[in-house]
Amino acid sequence: MPDAFIFDHVRTPRGRGKSNGSLHEITPVQLITQVLVALRDRNELDTSFVDDVVLGCGAPVGEQGSDIARFAVLEAGYAETVTGKQLDRFCGSGLEAVNTAAAQVMAGQAELTIGGGVEAMSRVPLGGAGGAWFTDPQLAFHTHFIPQGISADLMATLYGHSRTDVDRYAVESQRRAAFAWANGHFARSVVPVKDVIGLPVLERDEFLRPDTTLESLAALEPSFVEMGEKFGFDSVAMQRYPQVERINHVHHAGNSSGIVDGAGAVLVGNQRIAKKLNLKPRARIVAFATYGTDPTIMLTGPSYASQKALKRARMNVADIDLFELNEAFAVVVLRYMEVLSVPHDKVNVNGGAIAMGHPIGATGAIILGILVDELERRNLATGLATLCIGGGMGIATIIERV
Amino acid sequence: MTETIRTSIDSDHIATWTIDIPDRSMNVFTPEFFARLDVLITEAAGSTTLKGVIITSGKPVFLAGADIKMLDQMMRQMGQDVAAMYERCAGANRLLRRLETCGKPVVAALNGTAMGGGLETALACHYRVVADDPRIQLGLPEVKIGLLPGAGGTQRLPRLIGLQPALMLLVEGNGISPREALKLGLVNQVVPAEQLLSAAKAWLLTAGDPVAPWDKKGFKAPIQTGLLGASASQVLMGASAMVQQKTYYNYPAPKAILSCVYEGCQVPIDVGLRIESKYFTTLIRSPEARNMIRTLFINKGAADKLSRRPVDVPPSKVGKLGLLGAGMMGSGIAYVSAAAGIEVVLLDRDLPAAEKGKGYSRGLVEKAVSRGKMSAAEGEALLGRIRPTTDFADLAGVDLVIEAVFEDRVVKADATAKAEVVMPKGSIFASNTSTLPITGLAEASSRPKQFVGIHFFSPVDKMPLVEVIVGKKTGSEALARALDYVRQIRKTPIVVNDGRGFLLSRVCGAYINEGMSMLLEGVAPALIENAGRMAGMPVGPLALHDEVAIDLSYHIREQTKKDLGDKFKPASGDHVLDVMVELGRFGRKAKKGYYDYPENGKKHLWPGLVERFPVAKEQPSVEVLKKRLLYVHALETIRAMEDKVLTNAAEGDIGAIFGLGFAPYTGGPLSLVDTVGVAEFAAECKALGKKYGDRFAPPKLLRNMALRGEKFYP
Repeated sequence: MPDAFIFDHVRTPRGRGKSNGSLHEITPVQLITQVLVALRDRNELDTSFVDDVVLGCGAPVGEQGSDIARFAVLEAGYAETVTGKQLDRFCGSGLEAVNTAAAQVMAGQAELTIGGGVEAMSRVPLGGAGGAWFTDPQLAFHTHFIPQGISADLMATLYGHSRTDVDRYAVESQRRAAFAWANGHFARSVVPVKDVIGLPVLERDEFLRPDTTLESLAALEPSFVEMGEKFGFDSVAMQRYPQVERINHVHHAGNSSGIVDGAGAVLVGNQRIAKKLNLKPRARIVAFATYGTDPTIMLTGPSYASQKALKRARMNVADIDLFELNEAFAVVVLRYMEVLSVPHDKVNVNGGAIAMGHPIGATGAIILGILVDELERRNLATGLATLCIGGGMGIATIIERV
Repeated sequence: MTETIRTSIDSDHIATWTIDIPDRSMNVFTPEFFARLDVLITEAAGSTTLKGVIITSGKPVFLAGADIKMLDQMMRQMGQDVAAMYERCAGANRLLRRLETCGKPVVAALNGTAMGGGLETALACHYRVVADDPRIQLGLPEVKIGLLPGAGGTQRLPRLIGLQPALMLLVEGNGISPREALKLGLVNQVVPAEQLLSAAKAWLLTAGDPVAPWDKKGFKAPIQTGLLGASASQVLMGASAMVQQKTYYNYPAPKAILSCVYEGCQVPIDVGLRIESKYFTTLIRSPEARNMIRTLFINKGAADKLSRRPVDVPPSKVGKLGLLGAGMMGSGIAYVSAAAGIEVVLLDRDLPAAEKGKGYSRGLVEKAVSRGKMSAAEGEALLGRIRPTTDFADLAGVDLVIEAVFEDRVVKADATAKAEVVMPKGSIFASNTSTLPITGLAEASSRPKQFVGIHFFSPVDKMPLVEVIVGKKTGSEALARALDYVRQIRKTPIVVNDGRGFLLSRVCGAYINEGMSMLLEGVAPALIENAGRMAGMPVGPLALHDEVAIDLSYHIREQTKKDLGDKFKPASGDHVLDVMVELGRFGRKAKKGYYDYPENGKKHLWPGLVERFPVAKEQPSVEVLKKRLLYVHALETIRAMEDKVLTNAAEGDIGAIFGLGFAPYTGGPLSLVDTVGVAEFAAECKALGKKYGDRFAPPKLLRNMALRGEKFYP
């Protein structure tokens, strides 16, 4: 089986996912197009060698619909021969896209591919795609559907993570992200987004709140109380987990991932194309896996997916130098570290989505890129990127520097 | 032959179809009605002169829809081929669709209440006019008997009035007044009753449009326009969760209703009606609908009509009632009796206590008046009928005395003797004891034939059931008059024979004991409580015990111990009583029991509970716990039957549901056994008995039934 290598990664800074966000005026096609352009230009890539571009998107409707990948390819001026494919695995889409791109290379059916993702959440809102899961009563009943925030609170309740625990984690994420930005840890991969007159509209992540403290977070009301109590979702959760007397609502905007606009992509290929195009392999994609868990608690998938990928790679948790786990909610990371006995100083060392935001379809590609950069910066060998996914799934990818 | 629908045509070529089912006090769907409507639709469609049709009723009620007894019969053919069942279920939909598309404008002139199929018939008309009478109810209550509106209600209502209001009416099943219906757009016009037909005719002559909105080009159902927008999907998401919260996955009907709306409103109405008929078929074949219809309607209806009343006693009425004891029960009984027009003498040891008892009624009256459910004058009259007193002489001329004094033989005997001195010769004495055998209490009476038990449940004004207890010496006149009184106060009676705890206190005790046993086994308290609610009970066993008072159970246990001596056998959960009473945690009234009751905040399980009763490492599945909580109920009911306390299955089921709130979807504990299968149930109990103790061992009566292949219901 040919190895799949990561040659490069480019991403946009993440803009607040609201109408006052700096990227709100930029269309999703433009967002990902500028990433593809940068990826091509800085690698002096002859795009006629690119076999396929796979892009994740969590709300593939409206201006993000109808296979945005193919049209971004054309808009970026790539060779007409380059195809594009859009996929949706909710929050796992970006990493799934890279894995799918790599899988083509590993299977010997492609030599050079791009995997990435895009989500302009200020323009195509979360859940804008509709979907049977929460609207079709048969399905909602059968699966004990509850919104993700309630799942996160359910996890905190079941595993005993207090409001202080999750808030403390959030404060640390902000601190790490601010430190990483201040010290240029992201400089290599973030490219400014430009407007139609060619001026930069955003150069840095704008969601960060570095002045966050435990006290400032303590003032925030939990976000999912009304939904849980008034609309009955707490009861649905408890009927699935009847050992729970009541849901402890601990999550709020300050300890959950931020809603942002952003895009990112990873350039992947085999050894032969690397030589031919003079691309430098930075890391090898060792293994990846997905895993399905109970959809009600929904967010416990990462540890299972990680263990599955580790097993496939014949590795142990201890063999991994750095972890990137998407900070969908603080409790997801706390639970992951607890289950796999991973110390916090190996996980999300540059902060995560609580501080910088989670552009649904793009995040997987973004955290994989951050992982490559950080392994190089620290001169470490192995890394694992993983995300929890709606519907009760997890995805993980293991890489190794070469 | 008298027709089910009378017809006439006036000089303006407007036909009036008057529904008037012969030999029925109320219009309901009958095969003859459908056949007649079929013929009339064909005639109307073929007529070249007819300008329009008015459908109205010749009875006070417009049309009540399906006849419950007919449904019951249909359900007995549940085993029938599903395709054939579907064909039957789809019949009404096809017929009403033909009415809607017959090419002539049709107005429903609603002169009275239209519920269920009656309202669905009106919805299949092109225009609805209702008489302006607040007593008229419009609604689709099918969900309450485990069914869905199967004559187009789930399709036409959301298309007509929108998703959210339609779901509320469909899922909750409550009726609304004509004016509320007008606000929602459910009806087009509300007019004075005498103008009903002229208003209907005016529409036909001026605007009459024979095409329903959903048959017009470009019509979009609420889901078709909103599925990609947030609104429809948010509404459906919330509706699903709310139904799950309310029904604990035990009731298939509201879920099927949601699905009819979700699936049916994305497709043209003809397809939607087909979907509706299919979901209706699933429900009519469900044990839940069959059991609910049998117990909640047919058997409860029979009990309300006093099916157990001795026929040879002439009908009676209580004009004046004596109530001994103005405590919680006494004051509640005073209220419901006064509300039924009975003069009440409310007697207690001192006047302030008696006045306080009347004060309870005043509170309820004020609430009812402020909510517009009672006029101030009615309220005053009601209160005027309650006379607080301390003087037994005031009992002169009573028809019935109900004793609701402290649960102690000596106190009760004293009250009995004092009352009987004054009571007229023919009057009846009843005890509202909840546990003490009536036969024993009757020993204090000089006329035990006229002594009977009338056991109310708390709060009396809310609980619909009364348990009438026949002591060894109770005569048939006492029983008949007790039942007449229960009917007079509009409650549902069951009749049981005497025995410790009668039927319902002992069954209730079995449920609570099971909760306590689980606690002793190390089951997590939250799991026990959730299991109770998930089984369909209104509250978990521990919460219920907090309500009835833990010290009360303790005292009853002590009394029983004393009464039975060597024969006393402690129950499996008894140790919990000792622990809780020792701790002074008596329940809600003490503001501490299994739960803590913070002054301003929701009650929550007492954290110390798990210290007293440590939680085991391995927890059982909630399914096993649910089964245990339901099955102990059923087993105790069967043992009461074996002891001849309970004499028929229907009363066991009615008593459990209306007296204790036992899971209504089961149709009651004995219906549950039938649904599981008697032999299967006995075998399961045997297995549970091996694991959890003898209380699950199948009683002989059950074993014999299993052997003979018998069921509780035919």
